[in-house]
Amino acid sequence: MSRIPLSALIGLVITAAFFGAALLAPWIAPYGMAEVAGGVWDPSSPEHWLGTDSIGRDLLSRMIWGGRITIFVALAATLVAFATGVFLGFLAAVSGGWVDQALSRLVDLLMSIPALIMALVILSVMPVTLPVLIAVMGLIEATRVFRLSRAVAADIEVMDYVEAARLRGEGMVWVIFREILPNALSPLVAEAGLRFIFMVLFISTLSFLGLGVQPPLADWGGIVRENKDGIVYGVPAALFPAVAVAALAISVNLVADWILTRTSSLKGGRG
Amino acid sequence: MSALLEIDDLRIEATSYPPGEKPRDVTIVDGVSLRLERGRVMGLIGESGAGKSTIGLSAMAYGRGGVRITGGAVRLNGTDILSGGARGLRRLRGKAVTYVAQSAAAAFNPARRLMEQVIETTLAQGIPRSEAEARAVTLFARLGLPDPDTIGSRYPHQVSGGQLQRVMTAMALCPGPELVIFDEPTTALDVTTQIEVLAAIKEAIRDTGVAALYITHDLAVVAQVADDIMVLRHGKMVECGATAQIIGAPREDYTRALVSVRQVTHPEKSAAADPLLRIEAVTARYRGLALDVLKDITLDLAPGRTLAVVGESGSGKSTLARVITGLLPPAAGSVRFDGRDLSPALSGRSKNDLRELQMIYQMADTAMNPRQTVATIIGRPLEFYFGLRGAERDRRVAELLDEIELGKGFSDRYPAELSGGQKQRVCIARALAARPRLIICDEVTSALDPLVADGILRLLQRLQQEEGVAYLFITHDIATVRAIADEIAVMHRGRVVRQGPKAQVLSPPFDDYTELLLASVPEMREGWLEEVIATRKAATPEGTRA
Repeated sequence: MSRIPLSALIGLVITAAFFGAALLAPWIAPYGMAEVAGGVWDPSSPEHWLGTDSIGRDLLSRMIWGGRITIFVALAATLVAFATGVFLGFLAAVSGGWVDQALSRLVDLLMSIPALIMALVILSVMPVTLPVLIAVMGLIEATRVFRLSRAVAADIEVMDYVEAARLRGEGMVWVIFREILPNALSPLVAEAGLRFIFMVLFISTLSFLGLGVQPPLADWGGIVRENKDGIVYGVPAALFPAVAVAALAISVNLVADWILTRTSSLKGGRG
Repeated sequence: MSALLEIDDLRIEATSYPPGEKPRDVTIVDGVSLRLERGRVMGLIGESGAGKSTIGLSAMAYGRGGVRITGGAVRLNGTDILSGGARGLRRLRGKAVTYVAQSAAAAFNPARRLMEQVIETTLAQGIPRSEAEARAVTLFARLGLPDPDTIGSRYPHQVSGGQLQRVMTAMALCPGPELVIFDEPTTALDVTTQIEVLAAIKEAIRDTGVAALYITHDLAVVAQVADDIMVLRHGKMVECGATAQIIGAPREDYTRALVSVRQVTHPEKSAAADPLLRIEAVTARYRGLALDVLKDITLDLAPGRTLAVVGESGSGKSTLARVITGLLPPAAGSVRFDGRDLSPALSGRSKNDLRELQMIYQMADTAMNPRQTVATIIGRPLEFYFGLRGAERDRRVAELLDEIELGKGFSDRYPAELSGGQKQRVCIARALAARPRLIICDEVTSALDPLVADGILRLLQRLQQEEGVAYLFITHDIATVRAIADEIAVMHRGRVVRQGPKAQVLSPPFDDYTELLLASVPEMREGWLEEVIATRKAATPEGTRA
């Protein structure tokens, strides 16, 4: 952790700013999330730094509240994805045999359906609440995490120290959580960063299509949806959330890249 | 006339990144000078980390993995190659200086035919393909490869490891270099194969008149091929002289220690009445293979004794260990331990069965979880088998660390912070923590330097006297067997070809395989290789050598 490269530093600062804004939304947002505070699509002014939206709500406040929801949903879904994906992936690698076959084929089956289409189909028959949204996104993304963690664990599983643990008579729980998990952590942490970005894009896409976060709550994808008609009249309101999504994605990516190179370097590897 | 290769006061540094500390520069080679005349062979010898490969590679101005040449001069034919720049180096490498790597299997591209790879650098010099191929075929024949005319059309996986190493030597000699660097070319081979490769390399060097740097850690091997030997330690020269002088009359203490390693001796103990471990008519095969890896193996091991299982790679000795530990249930036969039948599969064994039978691995690096401290590694069996916790456990860990001569200061270290010998000691302590009655030692010393390996063997012997534990010692090294065994079983292609007390197995009359095995162990004197080759040629008619 001696020196942080410039790119990673920029990424860290921007990511921290986004997360900070999300956490402190009630205190720093100038207006309420659903408060009508001006005219339709007012241009930016000292009262409304980014102007107002399609029904006169302050856009900066909407952005801050929306970021809070986007980041919260993406983070929660990433956690769900990793909790299930990593556990099942490790279980498959350690058990082998029919457990591995059953899990791997099930995941193959799920992965053969495009993620977005599957999410749209499921969400169109389920009540679209935040917990459902998080669970659906998390479980779909868990298939990707499963593949990675199974591959990582399969590499570690053949090491002599895992064999030594088996010869000692250790159970599955010890092998998974004490022998494999600590050694798989670095690639998984780097992957978590990337998965988080995919989740941000995923929830934004769903909201834009109307099957994500439901009004009166707002998220960035939803704000784009509400304001997309303004683009025809030269109103830039829809661009701000789009830029926010891109900026968050790039900054988290910079951090994830740095973690990945740090942990996959020759010497630093699993030492 | 100046020497072919002159290295003056060479200094090589690298940046190390110790965990949790600031990066710092370490000196790998410090003030080494050498002169190599045309047609001579110089052996560079030393433990791992002595800088011998680094010096070898500096003869082609190459630094591996961030290694930098920071001082001194390397002159080839009187020209300084360090200041030649990239263009100068391109003319030099693969033409004037070539390189033979340790692991031929890893150095060849598996997707291309051997001939393409052998003549690649020769073609790059503008020599026509037909002439390059003719040269390669001549070299194949000279190196004693079978079917020299057609072997070039094979892929790397279609020839054996020993043959591949000879093909690589052909590759190095093909461009007609002035200097060849041999970097441990026979270390990865079995003794019976090593001798052929060694003889082929020696003949080829003599016939082509090329000069060579021969890097190895095995003094007995280098004594066969080198005219002069330089002994290195910690990047500094210890001693340099003619081969006869180094092995006959070493001047420095360190050289003397190297020449006289394997001082460990072990008076053979007679077998007790009841065997601790009895392997009865075991046949084993891996799933999906129609081949029996073990065929009808029957062995006995008495309590507190050492049984050495000897054989080359592929003889089935490690598979035998897997059968005994229960990782590979045998297809037929049984394993009896202390008078009771052991369940063939690991899952059917009781905690006590598992405790009494421990294992130590060849690669201590991969045998320990890099994320656990020494205290956790040694303490876990105490917790698991005896339920020891807290202060009681710590006290026992400290005791065990004392027993393996490390001391309790080591308990908070991670495996990456230990040397190779220390790692193996921690693995021994982990096995010992279970208070086992039998420890299977799978090539435990073969990844270690000779002096360190001696220390490990001595430790194992002391522990046997103190704890009365029996060892099943798997190895390919006859010297280790002499040092530690009570009984010996020689394995070849899945069968036990010879077994009995040490004195009996190691004295004539021999069966064919044991004789070959014993005769292939390099002896530390000049002329040994020629004698062996001459004996074999006399014994077998022309062209039928295995």
